[in-house]
Amino acid sequence: MNKPLIFFKGALADMLKDLKEAYPNEGCGFLFGNDTEHRHIRIAQKVINSKEGDQRRRFEIKPTDYMKAERFADENNYKLLGVYHSHPNHPARPSEHDLKQAFPYFSYVIVSVMEGEIANITSWQLDENGKFQEEKIEKESIKY
Amino acid sequence: MAKVIIPTPLRKFTENEGSLNTDGTTIQDAIKDLTEKFPELKKHIYDDSGSIRSFVRIYVGDDDIKALQNEATPLKEDSVVSIIPAIAGGIK
Repeated sequence: MNKPLIFFKGALADMLKDLKEAYPNEGCGFLFGNDTEHRHIRIAQKVINSKEGDQRRRFEIKPTDYMKAERFADENNYKLLGVYHSHPNHPARPSEHDLKQAFPYFSYVIVSVMEGEIANITSWQLDENGKFQEEKIEKESIKY
Repeated sequence: MAKVIIPTPLRKFTENEGSLNTDGTTIQDAIKDLTEKFPELKKHIYDDSGSIRSFVRIYVGDDDIKALQNEATPLKEDSVVSIIPAIAGGIK
């Protein structure tokens, strides 16, 4: 059973603002915080979607941006807890592409943005069999 | 000794170590050294044919080994190697 994910208000607001602005393209970013009895997401940091081609259906983060994120976490005493991205005009369910490229431990937060408005937020983590298991997001922290 | 930075998602397989020193003088040796010490890392770094997975990038400093000599890239005493999970996805 995965730990519940708790978003701090500022982190949630930053993530949703980024993904609304990215619409109709996919937006993406990193999630930082603390991993104790819950996963507290304190900072959501947007990153450029570097995917060449149709960004309405795909996202990619540059390896150099990933390295910067690891450094940011170390320097600020946070943990890099996961990645967020949006599914414009599609449900917040992980696709085969999402699963194929997923790594253990990370929370993969997916936000459905329908016609420019936030519709739903889910989070997923790989289990030991390489399958995604949905993580609980504390409902009281979600206001959109 | 070169240093290898372990990405956060793989630290659960390295007893939470974020970086490790290696005697390896090439990328191939360094990764082999690492996966011998921590065998559970293997499936996350190598594919079934024994090559580095396409979803894993290896950098020496700020350079992708693909732009250097791939796994034969030599390492110096002060080289910093980063193992980087490819972050990508999308709809369908």
